[in-house]
Amino acid sequence: MPGNQDSASRSPLSQQTPSRGRRKQKSNPRGQSTPQLQGQTPQQNQNIKNASPGEGDTPKTKAQLRAERRALQEAQRAAKAATKQSPSTPVSTKKTPRKFGLQMQDTADKHDKVSISGGETPRNVTSISTIQRRTGFFAHLPRYQHNVSLTKDANPKIHPAILKLGLQYVEGVICGSNARCLALLGTLKQVIETYSTPKQKELSRDLSTNLKKNMDFLAQSRPLSVGMINAFKHLKSCINGIPREKAEDEAKQDLYGCIDSYKQSILLAGKAIAKNLIENDKITDGDTIMVYAFSSLIKNVLCEAHDKGKTFSVIVVDGRPKLEGREMLRRLVKHGIKCSYILISAASYVMREVTKVLLGAHALLANGYVMSRVGSSQVALIARSYNVPVLVCCETYKFTEKVQTDSFVSNELGDPNSLVQIGKKENYLSNWKEQKSLHLMNFIYDVTPSDLISMVITELGMVPCTSVPVVLRIKQV
Amino acid sequence: MWLRNGQMETIDIQIKDPIVRNKVDGLIEDLKHGNILGSYQLAKNTVEVLLHMISKEELANVKKLISVIREQGQRLMSAQPSETVVGNMVYRVLKIIRDECRAIDETAEEQSQESIQKSSTAPGDDVSNKDILSLKKLLLAEGDVDISDKSISSLKAPIIDAVNELLVELDTSQENISAQALEHIHSNEVIMTAGQSHTVEAFFKKAAKKRTFKVIVVECAPFYQGQKMATNLASAGINTTLITDSAVFAMMARVNKVIIGTHTVMANGGLKAINGCHAIALAAKYHSVPLVVCAPMYKLSPKYLCSCDQVAFNKFASPEDVMSFSEGEILSKAQIYNPIFDYVPPELVTLYIFNIGGNAPSYVYRLLSELYDTEDQEL
Repeated sequence: MPGNQDSASRSPLSQQTPSRGRRKQKSNPRGQSTPQLQGQTPQQNQNIKNASPGEGDTPKTKAQLRAERRALQEAQRAAKAATKQSPSTPVSTKKTPRKFGLQMQDTADKHDKVSISGGETPRNVTSISTIQRRTGFFAHLPRYQHNVSLTKDANPKIHPAILKLGLQYVEGVICGSNARCLALLGTLKQVIETYSTPKQKELSRDLSTNLKKNMDFLAQSRPLSVGMINAFKHLKSCINGIPREKAEDEAKQDLYGCIDSYKQSILLAGKAIAKNLIENDKITDGDTIMVYAFSSLIKNVLCEAHDKGKTFSVIVVDGRPKLEGREMLRRLVKHGIKCSYILISAASYVMREVTKVLLGAHALLANGYVMSRVGSSQVALIARSYNVPVLVCCETYKFTEKVQTDSFVSNELGDPNSLVQIGKKENYLSNWKEQKSLHLMNFIYDVTPSDLISMVITELGMVPCTSVPVVLRIKQV
Repeated sequence: MWLRNGQMETIDIQIKDPIVRNKVDGLIEDLKHGNILGSYQLAKNTVEVLLHMISKEELANVKKLISVIREQGQRLMSAQPSETVVGNMVYRVLKIIRDECRAIDETAEEQSQESIQKSSTAPGDDVSNKDILSLKKLLLAEGDVDISDKSISSLKAPIIDAVNELLVELDTSQENISAQALEHIHSNEVIMTAGQSHTVEAFFKKAAKKRTFKVIVVECAPFYQGQKMATNLASAGINTTLITDSAVFAMMARVNKVIIGTHTVMANGGLKAINGCHAIALAAKYHSVPLVVCAPMYKLSPKYLCSCDQVAFNKFASPEDVMSFSEGEILSKAQIYNPIFDYVPPELVTLYIFNIGGNAPSYVYRLLSELYDTEDQEL
């Protein structure tokens, strides 16, 4: 496996692993004694040693053995040279990842163009990616892929709207859990519109498989957010609930209704959360509210509070490398709210003046932990140490039954190269790839423990962090 | 010296020697313009200037010497108040001078005592006599020996020797700290550090010769010294990972130790460190990760954090680093902060590694009394 070769063993053996299968087959029939290359396991050596006397003929002389060995090495070297000349033609889906992985290792970073075949590659094969040095704790997560041509080799069954959406996700045009979910629902509606049941197939089954393929493609472009997964589950249950006899048009109308109502529930939930906060005086006059990075929900809440006449000031905390806080700052300032802006390293300096912290969430886990943009846990920790209440605003559609205790097991990796740019100054890390001992780590989410959070505000009311499984049960009923 | 508002600065400049005066003025200029980078260089320059002052100035007695140094020291410290190292070195030199005075007095007293008791006591009792003398001084608090009339001639040589020793101590502090590296780093450890500290860099490089470990460096925006540190460590062959400031809490769960440098060690055992260190210290406390601070003794300051607003404590850099002026429109409507320092309270620090050895933060007050004299609390 490519992973095992990470110790950069450049022995001849590693370069010839793909053909090991073929070589083994050669050594099994009795007539041949395959020569031993350096680094083969003693067991294999034994097998080969046992193979040659088993011939029954007179044992070959050392010179003959040596000559045979040399001939085989030449043949394998020639085969390797031949395969090296055609690096980018995928022979078969299963074998190519390994071959690519190893070849890429020899020529690190030179072959950047990579293609993902949407829908055809099985889910468990991590797509071929440019070599990035594995940073120990995240070696199990799919690495960030750049310069990826999503649409090349794409499965023609993928709807063009889905292709467009996938590209928008990858490029970061659509960013943020609510935005991604709403965009997904809109696109799925388009897919259903153009869908027509093939003859002799049931609408619910066929549509499900079709949508599943599309979702797989999106998952490969960028890992699905919890909200998107929940929305899709809801849609699937709607599809499964369609009776067999129903006409296609009617069924489609039902599905549109289902999607629209889900969308509405998301938007209304946002409004309900704002109402909860304002009416219960969670935002009072004279407050200094700290927010972190960009959350569309928090932005709406603050704008509505401002419209209702509350006077407060906001401190926007920002974190590298995404610097989404600038967008938040821009929108709040445009709305007329008094704002300050700091980087997260200065959070402990300003925390003394803060009266409450409002955080958005990507997902709420069943053990009460909050998964949010990386850095939120740090803001929550600093707030806790200064006894500032931390309020998390989250719609219930983002609640999940997953549980997690740390930020490593399940996360999303970002582009390490985005750490290199530091504005006007000369970049210290421009040659980071040449330094073998240097790794850059950029991950997107982190998990905030429930004891750092005072309260979660949902459209169902204000609950403590640990009430997530209760809410999930209520929603199922 | 001309001041900015056009007035002439009228202080009693007691320095007569023009070379020494130039040196002092040169150092003040450097301090004001920030030409000297790094605490070590600052400390060294300050001590060298003071050494010149002591050796070249023609002064009648020790009292005058002390007052000259106090005055010039005050000028140096007010040139750049945030650089505490300058003040530390002035206090150190003053303590050296006072100590030498006391030493000469004590030997004089001892000789007189000895001549009195020579007949009656056995040699073994001499020790107890000395103890009685110093105890007597402590209990009766007779105050400092009257040094006004001490002539400087006999003291100059020992004072200059002692100040040279101080210079040697400055030079060797980094080595002495690195020599303790193997006692604090075990194999396959994951160590977190922040920003760039030459002391910590030397510490890691020394340990890396015999141990393998991983280092996670926090980049410390908006100055990004962490990035420089990461490249330096990686070129030394240490397995280094660079993370952003926002990832500190998330990463801390897998860190075994946090080793940072600091700008100053405050008198209560707290730190004046680079921006972001308080967050790191809090995360370390939350995850029960020991926080180790490598600091040479010249960074130990007798000052306390007087106000929680950090008014006299913190310094601010241009907000350009946080949000560049090209953002224009929103910039004019928002307040942008860019503090340079961070205060870390002593309860979050586990261990200090000084050049004289390791200590808990609660012991810092004792070290202070060994380095600085109580007479010099305020210059």
